[in-house]
Amino acid sequence: MKFRANLWIGGALFATVVAAGALAPWLAHTDPVMDANLMNAELPPGAEFWFGADGQGRDIYSRVLYGARISLTVGVLSQLINTVIGVALGMSAGYWGGWWDDVVSGLTNMMLAIPSLVFALAIMAILSPGLTSLLIALGLTNWSYTCRLSRASTLSLKNLGYVQAARILGYGDLRIMLTQILPNILGPIIVIGTLGMGGAVLAEAALSFLGLGIRPPFPSWGSMLSDARDQITTAPWVSVFPGLAIFVTVLGLNLLGDGLRDILDPQSEARAR
Amino acid sequence: MLAYLARRLIQTIPILLAVAGVIFILFSVIPGSFASSLGDDGKAVLDADVMARMNRELGLSDPLHVRFARYVGQLAQFDLGSSFRTRQPVTGVIAERLWPSAQLAIASMLFAIVVGVPLGFLAAMRPGSLLDSVSMVAAVSGLSLPKFWLGLMLMYLFALKLGWFPSFGYGDGGLKHLVLPAVALGVSPLALLARTTRASVLEIMNADFVRTARSKGMSESRVVRWHLTRNALVIVLTTVGLQFGSVIGQAVVVEKLFSWPGLGSLLVDSVSLRDIPVVQGCILTIVLIFLVINLVVDVLCAMIDPRIKYT
Repeated sequence: MKFRANLWIGGALFATVVAAGALAPWLAHTDPVMDANLMNAELPPGAEFWFGADGQGRDIYSRVLYGARISLTVGVLSQLINTVIGVALGMSAGYWGGWWDDVVSGLTNMMLAIPSLVFALAIMAILSPGLTSLLIALGLTNWSYTCRLSRASTLSLKNLGYVQAARILGYGDLRIMLTQILPNILGPIIVIGTLGMGGAVLAEAALSFLGLGIRPPFPSWGSMLSDARDQITTAPWVSVFPGLAIFVTVLGLNLLGDGLRDILDPQSEARAR
Repeated sequence: MLAYLARRLIQTIPILLAVAGVIFILFSVIPGSFASSLGDDGKAVLDADVMARMNRELGLSDPLHVRFARYVGQLAQFDLGSSFRTRQPVTGVIAERLWPSAQLAIASMLFAIVVGVPLGFLAAMRPGSLLDSVSMVAAVSGLSLPKFWLGLMLMYLFALKLGWFPSFGYGDGGLKHLVLPAVALGVSPLALLARTTRASVLEIMNADFVRTARSKGMSESRVVRWHLTRNALVIVLTTVGLQFGSVIGQAVVVEKLFSWPGLGSLLVDSVSLRDIPVVQGCILTIVLIFLVINLVVDVLCAMIDPRIKYT
């Protein structure tokens, strides 16, 4: 098997971020929320504050570590919701066809017409800021691509001999979908899911940056950056490190997704996302 | 052709209606109304009588289906209602923001096309070369950058440190104010375009008709011009169309960061003020623009590629 640089580099970057989030209580120097000390406000990076201190004198290094927890939770869980919705709708629409297919296709077309960030913004406007709201807003707005793909692959599989054999053996529709069709369309879906996680991390950061996601003082990379904008003249390092953290996380997920695509979905080399 | 255009235009109506319905229902279930959020700053809670009168004046006291019917009726006459806050007609408020938004979206897409397409093309011409590897690594990185952070860094470097460009605002609408936000917004479509162009050119280079053209003695420059470019253009154009839509969505954050007076910053501001008619209007306008761009791209593709039929 040939060495796949994107898979390994992406995996390593992502694993680093996961480790940073999981080990945050042991790696962090201070409490990310409570340990504010105005005496340390806007101290540049140094021996005590590796990434510097923010406007309230909190250690940016510790806050960036804890921020990984929020980003990863939102990224992974919201994408999981999207994938479940997309697969369930797409597979059932492709398998059953008829009016249900029309409904699902109509819904998918509508979702594709609204930019997902705008839709998520609208939902966040209705719900109060916070983690659950973010999961709802990002989990319900990005399933259209998965849905389309599941529908198309189900359509091409459902008349194949082995599926018909299962039907003759008396398998129920649900059992056929879950045991006969799903395993065969899983590869591309995992790829889309991984790339979508990167998108969800970016969207969470954007919403928090706009003040609609995670609210300060909780350490989300996006909300840290929204504070940092006002300090860009006096303390640029406040904005450098949270942004780098987002970049590294999303880069890891994108590389991982590309690498997985080469393995799981080899025909789609040319198919951009 | 005209029949095709007409049918495609008619097809956008149910989508717009569905979007209008979803947005309407979403904003009708919010606990609290515009009137009650006026007291949210904690300075003064509105008197119950005043609140009831405001709700009546704004038409919020009618039942849901009555309000929706009225809303759709107004939409059919291109009336988006009036802003809760300023009482100005929403169409006017949005019209003011359209030009700056269009400027930003077009500038960032131009930047993406002018840099991204040639980059992908050159990379595909020499697969495995240093240029290929470097540009593809740069493309993945470009896709992974948070736009508002990139904008912030550009602002720091080019506006505050070097002083080449103004750090934010619209100014008198000149090019200087446009550069930084357009670059921040254009980097990810640029990266995607470079990747798509490279992939599609590589695929076409291995196609049978290119081999035939070469074997019958066609010069390399003619092969590139006649076969590669035209065939790659369809895929590139489709990507441009799709990216245009995502740029309009992503502009929300970049416009807010650079205090750019476009549709996106209007949307964000109205969301936080719960100025529902403006929010609905912004979203519908964005969706409409997105649908129109897709239609234009489909028509252009059909014009370039005779294999695509108007169906």
